Amino acid sequence: MSTDKTLTPPPHTEPVVFTRDMLDWLPWLEPMAEADMTEHHIKSLVDAARVKSPYFRLLARDPDVLEARTRTDKDIFYNPEAGLPRAERELAAAATSRLNGCIYCASVHARFAATYSKRVDDVQRLLDEGVEAKLDERWEAIVAASVALTALPMTFGKEHVERLRAVGLDDAAIADLIGAASFFNWANRLMLSLGVPATQAK
Amino acid sequence: MTDVIDSLVGIAPGSRLDAIRAQRSEARKHAQASYTSLFEPADLAGVSADERHAIAAFVAGLHGEPKTDAFYATKLPAALRAAVAAEVAAARTKGPYGHFPKGPLSVEDAPGPSWKVSDAGRAALGPRLSAAFAHTHMLVFHPRDASAPSLQSLLDAGWSTNDIVTISQLVSFLSYQIRVVSGLTVLASTL
Repeated sequence: MSTDKTLTPPPHTEPVVFTRDMLDWLPWLEPMAEADMTEHHIKSLVDAARVKSPYFRLLARDPDVLEARTRTDKDIFYNPEAGLPRAERELAAAATSRLNGCIYCASVHARFAATYSKRVDDVQRLLDEGVEAKLDERWEAIVAASVALTALPMTFGKEHVERLRAVGLDDAAIADLIGAASFFNWANRLMLSLGVPATQAK
Repeated sequence: MTDVIDSLVGIAPGSRLDAIRAQRSEARKHAQASYTSLFEPADLAGVSADERHAIAAFVAGLHGEPKTDAFYATKLPAALRAAVAAEVAAARTKGPYGHFPKGPLSVEDAPGPSWKVSDAGRAALGPRLSAAFAHTHMLVFHPRDASAPSLQSLLDAGWSTNDIVTISQLVSFLSYQIRVVSGLTVLASTL
């Protein structure tokens, strides 16, 4: 029997809709205390500022996996060379999060999608109405491909690749979409299962 | 060492997909490093190699992606492999389902089962892996139903907080790796 315990988060308001607002996240398991973190743990955060985040201090309990996770994430989303435009990598992340039901992840990546695309109304419609929302053919093709990769059994097939090519995605862009949607199937599960989102005081 | 995703998709050096993956060399390198950190870590800590491979084989079986399924299943001793396969057959379903926080999203609630290991499976797998498999099924098919009590059931079965972080990463990483393998396999078939 483990002597560890789950945490009861302090009083908070859980968001009940998908939103582009900034949210907090409250852990259900004890993050590492800053004072207990070795150089190895700190290095695993990649960005030193993340030491303030309970999410990353919790994941730092397995530092090598956290560091590899974070470096995978950064290259999929931030590498500017070729491939899918950043806005549409974020769209794939937001659509995946919307389908899985990760309100926290969707909030972060809907904000990025809106910022990089300037299509605030379309991004908000995806949040409000879900993955069947009317967008435009290119965005609907990206959302549909993200859904086909996320839902089980997976249904992603040649018809999705053809539809993406028809709206202008080349092979590198399609590979980016696969990376972005797949990565959020990783991220959503950590965020959803280790704690709970909370609205921020206005 | 061989890159697991390249190997499962069948990406040959010099191929079109090899060049595309090379444009995201950090993601490629660290997806592999994630695999190594989870399955060949310097220190296994509280989660044994067989436990890691059993959970991975269960995740891969639930996804039904044949190449990753075979890859993880073959890493298990025969008896454990048979026990995992029997649970997979009973546990496969459609996802994602689950509840949203009560409110406007409740109309989108898609209730579904909270799955548990069979009695025979429990005898073969033991209480720790049985608890881990129940949690894994939730993570794979209905992650939005996650709650603190599901973590408590892992603690009650003898896993520590550190172990739960590792198991959560393992299931979540597999959810990524399997989709990349599946997606790139489809893309490769069109090149």
